Amino acid sequence: MSKLTDIAPRDFSLHPPRIAPDYRSSLSRGPIHKPIGFATTMTEATGPTFGHDVLGPNDHDLLINHAVDGGSAIGPRIMVHGVLRDADGRPVPNALIEVWQANAGGRYRHKKDAYLAPLDPNFGGCGRVITGEDGSYSFRTVQPGAYPWPNGGNDWRPAHIHFSVFGMAFSQRLITQMYFEGDPHIALCPIAQSIPDAAAIDRLTARLDMEATVPMDIRAFRFDIVLRGRGATLFENQLEGT
Amino acid sequence: MAKLSESASQTAGPYVHIGCVPEFAGLERGYHSQLGTSLRADLTGDPITVRGRIIDGMGDPVLDGLVEIWQPDGAGTFHTNGKGFGRAPSHAETGEFVIETVMPGAAIDQNGTLQSPHLALWIVARGINVGLHTRAYFSDNVADDDPILSMIEPTRRTTLIAQKGSNGYQLDIHLQGENETVFFDV
Ligand SMILES: [Fe+3]
Repeated sequence: MSKLTDIAPRDFSLHPPRIAPDYRSSLSRGPIHKPIGFATTMTEATGPTFGHDVLGPNDHDLLINHAVDGGSAIGPRIMVHGVLRDADGRPVPNALIEVWQANAGGRYRHKKDAYLAPLDPNFGGCGRVITGEDGSYSFRTVQPGAYPWPNGGNDWRPAHIHFSVFGMAFSQRLITQMYFEGDPHIALCPIAQSIPDAAAIDRLTARLDMEATVPMDIRAFRFDIVLRGRGATLFENQLEGT
Repeated sequence: MAKLSESASQTAGPYVHIGCVPEFAGLERGYHSQLGTSLRADLTGDPITVRGRIIDGMGDPVLDGLVEIWQPDGAGTFHTNGKGFGRAPSHAETGEFVIETVMPGAAIDQNGTLQSPHLALWIVARGINVGLHTRAYFSDNVADDDPILSMIEPTRRTTLIAQKGSNGYQLDIHLQGENETVFFDV
């Protein structure tokens, strides 16, 4: 039987406000009312988990998972890796991470993206991995390009990879973005800068990792992710493991 | 153990479907198994359908949103291996999302009190900076003394209750405005 635990309250000062005026889409899509809190129930203390059987053999390799005839995506070859932990410092094992991104030219494979940069026939732009027992994950891809977006001015997104992360509880669910160290667009981006805490923006910024970089092959970037912490054991026997 | 800070949330952006429902986004070489498509097949219980739209503060439907669902089976039991997890993308032209599932059983709260049957919903889209937690209850299956609904002022409680009609249940999610949906800090 699984043990389920209370979830620590979210520290909203680490997150963008519901409405961040410089990010114009949030003006009409951010709720006005404050969210209502209550003590964790079974509904939030449990959450979806997934087995390795959901993964295909190349789901973690965006360089080739959409390529045809033995081809590979065009762009700087990178490997992104890190550890998923909760706020108590515990690694989160067996957690699904999904990623999506633009190609090296800054174009998404999506019918609503009409940016001038061409699609790469060998690049789809999505991948997924499940963390190991030590919370570690890694995937291979191309470094995405910066792209312009309509926000009222001359706005360009920094190069970024979108991350969707499942923890052990539905209330730990997180979607975020990973940036690359040294990118001057981070400081100019209304979405990145919607986060009020500079240190929190820095924690979304991956670091070049020469130790994990493979000579003559692929550069590594390190990106650690932290989910909400868990409190005392709450339920012991109401979850069926089937 | 060291206390770490939760990673900051960032908007899912307009292309969340590429990462979360790639076949829906038109990726012709997607995954061999797409997550969140088999709520009804995976769970025992009475089949139900919930339809709705996510409406923004201008009154317009959100055309690039995603609703995630988490629920127990018809007996109120939560499962693992993705059973009880669903994803319902907003239709690109109409904004309608469709949840085909089973009526969840009553789940307990932290005191062991029965809660009325409900779906946990998590809403993400461009313009939503932190994913929004809410719930869907069922108009013909709500207890007067439900512990969560009782905390909410009666005028706003209705925003959480899917109305039963001839075409299944209907629940629009209002991000702002007069009928702004109740969202939870959970
Ligand atoms: Fe993006």
